[in-house]
Amino acid sequence: MSHHIVEVQDLSYTYPDGAAAVRGISFRIHHGESVAVVGANGAGKSTLLLHLNGALTPQRGSVRIGDFPLTKATLRDIRRTVGMIFQDPDDQLFMPTVFEDVAFGPLNLGLPPEEVEQRVLASLARVGVEHLRDRPPYKLSGGEKRAVSIAAVLAMSPDILVMDEPSANLDPRARRTLIELLAGFHHTKIIATHDLDLVLDLCPRTIVIREGQIMADGPTRDIFTNDRLLEESHLDKPLRMQACPVCSGSMARKAEDAGSAHEH
Amino acid sequence: MANIESAFVDLGLLDALAARDSIVHRLDPRVKVMTAALFVLCVVSFDKYVIAAMLPFALFLSLVLGLAGIPARFVLKRLVLVAPFAVLLGLFNPFFDRQILLHLGPVAVSGGWLSFLSILLRFGLTVGAMLTLIAVTGFNGVCMAMEKMGMPKIFAVQLLLLYRYIFVLADEGQRMHRARALRSFDGRGTGITTYGHLIGGLLLRTLDRAQRIHLAMLCRGFDGTIRTSRPPRLVARDVLLFALACLLLIAMRRYDCSLLLGQFLTELVP
Repeated sequence: MSHHIVEVQDLSYTYPDGAAAVRGISFRIHHGESVAVVGANGAGKSTLLLHLNGALTPQRGSVRIGDFPLTKATLRDIRRTVGMIFQDPDDQLFMPTVFEDVAFGPLNLGLPPEEVEQRVLASLARVGVEHLRDRPPYKLSGGEKRAVSIAAVLAMSPDILVMDEPSANLDPRARRTLIELLAGFHHTKIIATHDLDLVLDLCPRTIVIREGQIMADGPTRDIFTNDRLLEESHLDKPLRMQACPVCSGSMARKAEDAGSAHEH
Repeated sequence: MANIESAFVDLGLLDALAARDSIVHRLDPRVKVMTAALFVLCVVSFDKYVIAAMLPFALFLSLVLGLAGIPARFVLKRLVLVAPFAVLLGLFNPFFDRQILLHLGPVAVSGGWLSFLSILLRFGLTVGAMLTLIAVTGFNGVCMAMEKMGMPKIFAVQLLLLYRYIFVLADEGQRMHRARALRSFDGRGTGITTYGHLIGGLLLRTLDRAQRIHLAMLCRGFDGTIRTSRPPRLVARDVLLFALACLLLIAMRRYDCSLLLGQFLTELVP
């Protein structure tokens, strides 16, 4: 299936105020792949993501989603193919009730009401929040808002999911639920995040961005064991890959035996 | 700002009331909007000294409240909150209009007092009717109904988004206000300049958010129209109840029911 491919070639974008956010990025993501985009604040992650569904149009270079290059004419198809999950769910949930919000996309696609209802209920069930269907979004908890915003995107049945900081502002339990949920999806996934432990769970491949350029692109395990690369990119090893302070303190000898990079 | 909960229109409570289920709630929103409009029209078209003939309208309003299961306390509390405006409007009538129109036993009542009371009553009835309308329909229902009846689409979208984001805006404003309060001492830093910056910041944040929301809407295929999955459909019961309500309201406007009742009772007692 060629149409779930995301291909970015030599992409550059400079904001009107002169800040060059993206400077010549190229990568190719295949069908069903799950890729993390990591980097410091202001490294250009968000700007890159905004190109993937045509919120920004490339100033130089090109973006191809599946068989289509991203142009004005293909925008509609591309926005249906690429589901974008925003960092702040409040930006994404603008309708008066959860049901209407999830139905917003499918209705705009022009689907008949029965089909819309079916899709809404199915996507609410998929993320486990059927019981919230008549609630107003502003009364939901952070985790519930996140789940509903994912359902709203799923209802458009996209092939590719693009997420900006999906675990931001979630409590540990909600974060765990989110990771399990995302792990169950078979979509092509592109996740921009600072949560490197989440990357370890979800993404076999990682792209590291610094100052608008790709520093590294490869298997997550390799990248997270490259201390110099992480240091240069303002990142820290995932907590799970760091030495346990308890073991390395009181049980230092044991820790030495087991090697410093063990998991708990 | 800090006490948005106790505002005149307590949005959270309104939503909770609108989510209930009753024969009034189940009516088509358009029927309710039209009935409320007719109600207001009837009440404001009475002559300025009329009091007794308006009382049946209060009965009508309490009937609707009763059928919908909306606690009268909800309406009364808000009426008291905004009553000062109406009092101010009619305050000078008793001083200027001293012509005696009525004798209640030994007490002579001037036209000014009558029109003052009439204003208060009108105010209570009209504001009460609007509060009841929103409490049994929900803000969104009212918007949708008005759009269906020809209000420009852009107003409906604006109102819906305003209603959705007023909570987020209030929350953001409250956070900024609190942040300022925590770092102001002895009245310093509470001046109008600080508030200017605060409001400016809030405006910029709002613009940013508006952009993000628009983007999110575009991502899901927004083209200027907000569609609803369940377009309200008029059923026979809606039309019937609407006709009944219209008949009742017009009859109450046309005939002075209080007077008729009084005459009937006096004839009964020889």
